[in-house]
Amino acid sequence: MPIDKNITPKLVVRDLNFFYDNYRALKDINLTIPEKMVTAFIGPSGCGKSTLLRAFNRMYQLYPKQRATGEILLDGENILDKKQDLNSLRAKIGMVFQKPTPFPMSIYDNIAFGVKLYQSLSRPDMDERVEWALKKAALWNEVKDKLKQSGTGLSGGQQQRLCIARAIAVKPQVLLLDEPTSALDPISTAHIEKLIDELKEDFTIVIVTHNMQQAARVSDYTAYMYLGDLIEFGDTSMVFTNPKRKETEDYITGRFG
Amino acid sequence: MLNLYTRRRIINAFNLSISVLAMLVGLFWLCWILLTLLDHGLPALKSTVFTQMTPPPGSAGGLLNAIAGSLMMTLVGTLIGTPIGILAGTYLAEFGQRGWLAPVTRFINDVLLSAPSIVIGLFVYEIYVVRMKHFSGWAGAFALSILVIPVVIRTTENMLRLIPNTLREAAAALGAPQWKIISFVTLRAARAGIITGVLLAVARISGETAPLLFTALNNQFWNSNMDQPMANLPVVIFQFAMSPYEDWQRLAWAGALLITFSVLTLNIVARVLFRQSATTH
Repeated sequence: MPIDKNITPKLVVRDLNFFYDNYRALKDINLTIPEKMVTAFIGPSGCGKSTLLRAFNRMYQLYPKQRATGEILLDGENILDKKQDLNSLRAKIGMVFQKPTPFPMSIYDNIAFGVKLYQSLSRPDMDERVEWALKKAALWNEVKDKLKQSGTGLSGGQQQRLCIARAIAVKPQVLLLDEPTSALDPISTAHIEKLIDELKEDFTIVIVTHNMQQAARVSDYTAYMYLGDLIEFGDTSMVFTNPKRKETEDYITGRFG
Repeated sequence: MLNLYTRRRIINAFNLSISVLAMLVGLFWLCWILLTLLDHGLPALKSTVFTQMTPPPGSAGGLLNAIAGSLMMTLVGTLIGTPIGILAGTYLAEFGQRGWLAPVTRFINDVLLSAPSIVIGLFVYEIYVVRMKHFSGWAGAFALSILVIPVVIRTTENMLRLIPNTLREAAAALGAPQWKIISFVTLRAARAGIITGVLLAVARISGETAPLLFTALNNQFWNSNMDQPMANLPVVIFQFAMSPYEDWQRLAWAGALLITFSVLTLNIVARVLFRQSATTH
């Protein structure tokens, strides 16, 4: 589906099909994710929005019975190609999950873990990178005095911001957020939504959310998916105020199902 | 006709008393064993037990050589068995999702876990003692390590499987290769549980008599050479308790008390450790 001509595409999805064993979870998806914007995927449970998100960093490759066909172009290069190195792909495309997933190590080491995979920084440079990432994730002021403490001791909202800091510390180009606030209270959610708004200065963000108000608040573009089909994709304000398809309108007005 | 609520209360009270009764029956024997041990063992537990060698009948002595031999063989057995157990358990939990090797390994491990320890003693006797033509501390340690391996495999696999997949996915999403995910994230997250498993394995082998009877045998004298027959508490207890000499029998009580309370301590430490890790996650 076309988007504005003066926008740079970051990810282009072409005829993407996805299979869990024999079940076809995504059907001929075509979509363009614009650079340095927030794109939201909405739709009822099981519609394939998380599946689509997990195709962007080939997360599905951890599981033997999942596969994708078609193309996903990152700056013009097909990342579904067999020759694509997975680790360097994931350095460019970071991900944050629904449940906070701090590693069982200190706050500092949580951030440094990803950075060390790609760069060998001197101690002062690493300190600087950790501070930068924590500041970007709006967590620095809360943890700067306890960087040596375990990341698992933080509150849920702090843990999730730690995970965001960990993802951006690697300096990816794209950030995938898989329902990042569904396990958090409203205050932490507001924190993270504000953060998403700031992060789009530097990163292309794709967010999956169950919360339609959230999609309306944080995203520039919205895709509505249903049963593995991409029903509608466009400017968020258009999708929410003047949807082209009846199915979209039914879903966002709550008349669905 | 009683009303529903009263009926539930009666059933609840009945079931509760039955289970409390069952618990008391179990505890009764345990307490009896512990009290008998304390009763006979404490008077025999003199300081000479820790400073003198096992005596010939009729003269004074202690259990020093047996204590040292037990410690050495338990240590070596644990050192051999733990790495093998942790590596195999990691394989089963992290790589054993496809193929036939993992289910077969898991099955064999279950058999090994419940194999009578005397069979393992005879096995090591056949393949090691017979060929070397003499009993030795090494043979004892090997037999004990074969007992350690299945316990550690089982706990390592179980503990790793408790680690949520999202943690593995999070590390993979950063681009970490699998060996780094396993060694820096999942094994670390399961660390306390795995240590608990090792402690339980140590507790299990420190009281084993049968595998040592055919391998390390016994030694009347001080010996720190693992290539020689080696004294150890379980076999000394076995030999001394069966003897007609009263001073030997007293030493056997002292040894039994020592083993029982060190195993009890190990079990308590393992549980406390595991509970601590459960509350921090």
